[in-house]
Amino acid sequence: MKSVMDRVLPFPSLSLILWLAWLLLNGFSAGHALLGAVLAVVLPLTTKPFWPNVPRIRNLPRMFGFVVVVLYDIVVANISVAIKVLGPLKSLRPGFVEFPLELDDDFAIALLASTISLTPGTVSADVSQDRTTLLIHALDVDDPAALVAEIKQRYERPLKEIFEC
Amino acid sequence: MDSLIEWAVSIFVIIGGVFALVGSIGLARLPDFYTRLHGPTKATTLGVGGAILGSLIYFSWQEHALQLHEVLITLFLFITAPVSAHMLAKAAMHRDLKRMKETRGEPWKQ
Amino acid sequence: MLSTALSIAIGLFVLAWLLNLGRLIFGPSLPDRVLALDTMYINSIALIVLYGIQQSSKLYFEAAMLIALIGFVSTVAVAKYVTRGDIIE
Repeated sequence: MKSVMDRVLPFPSLSLILWLAWLLLNGFSAGHALLGAVLAVVLPLTTKPFWPNVPRIRNLPRMFGFVVVVLYDIVVANISVAIKVLGPLKSLRPGFVEFPLELDDDFAIALLASTISLTPGTVSADVSQDRTTLLIHALDVDDPAALVAEIKQRYERPLKEIFEC
Repeated sequence: MDSLIEWAVSIFVIIGGVFALVGSIGLARLPDFYTRLHGPTKATTLGVGGAILGSLIYFSWQEHALQLHEVLITLFLFITAPVSAHMLAKAAMHRDLKRMKETRGEPWKQ
Repeated sequence: MLSTALSIAIGLFVLAWLLNLGRLIFGPSLPDRVLALDTMYINSIALIVLYGIQQSSKLYFEAAMLIALIGFVSTVAVAKYVTRGDIIE
């Protein structure tokens, strides 16, 4: 049973996303629902060799909580960056901060790096070859250690719980 | 047109415009490449987000049905903006671009 | 009311776009110019969306989507080229 499921739908969440994207692009109708469903099965099957091992989401409610926190942070932090950009530039204290990673899955690290880049004031600039350190550029940072602690508590811990890695 | 909808659309598109402008002011005004990277990657994403939300409300009202396909653009930008920022930061570090003298810490050279 | 707001918003985005153009022309480095182009295409998406609202037409959505797709791929390709001197290794 499990193997049949794996053979037809190797990535269920990818299939779901493809189907929803198809319906959003073309409008909701029975015909497009069917065509989208066919594509949602065929595309993951044909592109299967290209995909790295994507971890499963183990904690869905936590995932929604995480998305809400990130969206809220994007709005709030955008305003603070806007003020910094328009204010005097001499008082800016930019810096490169090294962030020790606790996550050990490539996909989870990519999600964390994207989150860091989306929340204003920080951009993830590089990740070390052995995937243990993330290099972050901060626009205005007083205390690098506090920044690292905040990112750990706000983004890395939820991601760790979501993917259990 | 309902004045409430009209107000909502107006507010969203103007908020979007303001954020996009601030992001681009950052791009024009900030002193080195690494700080410039901060303006566009987010402010502009939120700027487009505002315009898209306005469009979403407007067309949903006009068609009397929820029109969600605009959300795809925002979603796509939210996924791709960090990737382009990351690639550009790597390119800048590779070229060893000069940075603000107040900058603490060192970029890597891999 | 709405048409005034749309005109103001379009004005703001055009101003932003012109600032990007300035950064594109004056550089000084190659990554700066790529970043300026990247911001320009994102602002263009918003301009097209706003124009769509102004014309009350949903036709422009596809154009905005296409610019989003092509803009991302080109930014990544150029950034990769600047870093590695090659796009597909």
